Amino acid sequence: AGDGSGLVGAAVDDGGPPAPERVLFPPTFSVSEIKNKQRRHFMFLRWKQQQRKEKLAAKKKRRKEREALGDKAPPKAVPKTIENQRVYDETTVDPNDEEVAFDEATDEFAPYFNRQTVPKILITTSDRPRGRTVRFCEQLSTVIPNSHVYYRRGLALKRIIPQCIARDFTDLIVINEDRKIPNGLVLSHLPDGPTAHFRMSSVRLRKEIKRTGKEPTEHVPEVILNNFTTRLGHSVGRMFASLFPHDPQFIGRQVATFHNQRDYIFFRFHRYIFKSEKKVGIQELGPRFTLKLRSLQKGTFDSKFGEYEWIHKRREMDTSRRKFHL
Amino acid sequence: RTKTQNFCRNEYNLTGLCNRSSCPLANSQYATIREEKGRCYLYMKTIERAAFPRRLWERVLLNKNYEKALEEIDENLIYWPRFIRHKCKQRFTKITQYLIRIRKLTLKRQRKLVPLRRKIERRENRREEKALIAAQLDNAIEKELLERLKQDTYGDIYNFPIHAFDKALQQQDVESESESDAEKEDDDEDTDTREFVEADDSDLSDFEDMDKLETSSEEEQEEEEEVEKKASHSTSKGKTPLKGPARRKRRYIEIEYEEETEPTTRTKAA
Repeated sequence: AGDGSGLVGAAVDDGGPPAPERVLFPPTFSVSEIKNKQRRHFMFLRWKQQQRKEKLAAKKKRRKEREALGDKAPPKAVPKTIENQRVYDETTVDPNDEEVAFDEATDEFAPYFNRQTVPKILITTSDRPRGRTVRFCEQLSTVIPNSHVYYRRGLALKRIIPQCIARDFTDLIVINEDRKIPNGLVLSHLPDGPTAHFRMSSVRLRKEIKRTGKEPTEHVPEVILNNFTTRLGHSVGRMFASLFPHDPQFIGRQVATFHNQRDYIFFRFHRYIFKSEKKVGIQELGPRFTLKLRSLQKGTFDSKFGEYEWIHKRREMDTSRRKFHL
Repeated sequence: RTKTQNFCRNEYNLTGLCNRSSCPLANSQYATIREEKGRCYLYMKTIERAAFPRRLWERVLLNKNYEKALEEIDENLIYWPRFIRHKCKQRFTKITQYLIRIRKLTLKRQRKLVPLRRKIERRENRREEKALIAAQLDNAIEKELLERLKQDTYGDIYNFPIHAFDKALQQQDVESESESDAEKEDDDEDTDTREFVEADDSDLSDFEDMDKLETSSEEEQEEEEEVEKKASHSTSKGKTPLKGPARRKRRYIEIEYEEETEPTTRTKAA
C-alpha cells in the first residue's frame, strides 16, 4: 500500500489535503488494513465520500434515463415498508363480507349501532391512585361525553359490575396503575359484553402536550377508527366506537382518533378546522396515549373463569416481525 | 446478628435467640411450639430419650381453640420450668395471630405481580416508536377529515365555493350571513387584522369574491367595515385560519342540519 500511505503521510496533522476528484485506490487495498487509527479513519472518510459521489452520480443518471424515456419508463419502484410486507392475515375483513355484516348486526354492539342505547361510561382506577392517574382520569372523562369518574376504595370489580348494570352504565373503564403512572386499561362493555385488556403506554396529559388550546368542550366528538382490518380489529374498533354517542355534533369540531398501526392503537383528540376545501388544520387537545391489546374476553371482567377470545401469546405471536393481529 | 444478641438457627428453638437458656441443644429438657399446615403442635424433649435421637422430640397436637390449647400446654408442661412454659405460650400466641392474618388476607383480593421482562419492554417501546413514526397521525387524520368533507357527512355547514358556483349565489349567501351576524361572535380587531391575512391564504375564488365585495361597497368607512366584516364572516364561515393557539376563535355556527350520518369508518386498508 505504497500509494495509500504516501498520501496519508502528509495528512496526519491537519486532517488531510482536500480530497482529489477521483481517488484511485489500488485494487488490493482495503481501508481496514491500516494499523494507525487516525490514518485509517481518514482513509475511511475519504472512501465514504467517494461512495456517496458515485451513488449521487448513479441516481442522476437514472433520473435522466427516466426522463428520456418519458411515458415508456418503467414504473417507479415502491420502497418496501413493514406495512407492505405484512403477512396476510386470513381474518382480514372484506368490506362486502356478508358473514361479518351479519355478525355485526347481531353481536353485543348492535343495540348501540341501532341507536337504541346511549353510552354511559364509568371510569375508575385500581386501588389508591396517584395524582397522575387521577388527573388522567379526569381528562379522559372530559374527552368522553357522558362519563363519570368514581374512586375505587378497595372494591372488588366483581361486586361493582352488577351495581353498574343496575345503574344503567354501558361501559366500564378501569385504569390500572403502577408506580404512579397509568399503565393498563380494561375496557368492558357492561351488559354482558366483551372485555378488552390493554397495556397503556406513553400517556401524555394535556399540559404535557405542546401547543394545546382550550379544554375540550361538551360537544360530542366525532370518531375516527383507522386501520382496523382483521376480525379482531373490527370488534375492538366497535368497542371503541360504542364509547361515544352516536350523533356527533359537528359544531364542536372535535374528533377523537383511534389509529391502529402495527398492533399499537394510538389515541388522539383534536380540534379541526377547515381552512379551505383541500386544507384542514388540526390542533391537538386532550390527553394522548397508546394501547396494545393484551386480551379480549367474551363476557365481563373475570380473570379466572372468563372465556378468552384472544390472548396475546408472546411465544407464538411475536415470532414474526411482519405479522400483526389487529 | 444484632449488637447484643445472636439468632439461633436451630428449628426447634423457642425464642429464636441464641442463649444458654433457650438453646435446644444445650438443654436436656426443652419444649417448643411449631405449626404445620395451619395446625400447631407442642414438641417436647426429655432427658430419658436423649439416647434415642429418633424418638427425641415428642409431638402433641394442640386444640384449635385458643384457650383450650393454652390449657393443654399447661397440663403437658406441668412441673416444667416456668421459663419454658411462659415462652411456649407466648410463641403459641404469636403463631395463632399470624395464622389468622394469613387467612384474612387470602380472602381479600391480592395484587398479582407480574414480572416484566426487560428485553421485551425495550422491544415493545422501540416498536411503538417506530409505529408512531410510520403512522403519520396528523396526515392520516387530515386525510380522513377531508374525505368526510368530500363525502358530505358534514352536510351544509361548510360551503366551500367551488369554481362552478355562481358568484351571485355567493353574494346571496353573504346577505343571508349578515342576517345571522348577530348570532356570531363579533370581534372587530380580529376581523380587521384577519382580513389582510386571509387575502393571502384563501383560494383564488375567495380572493375574487372579496375583491368584488370590496369594490362593490362604497368608500364610507362604516360600509366598508361592514362589508369587510361580512366578507370575513362569509369566508371565515368555514375557514378561520389557524394562527396558533393565541388566535384561535371558535365560531359557534348555529345551523340546523337534518341528516346525521354515521361518523365511523371502520375499515381502512393498511
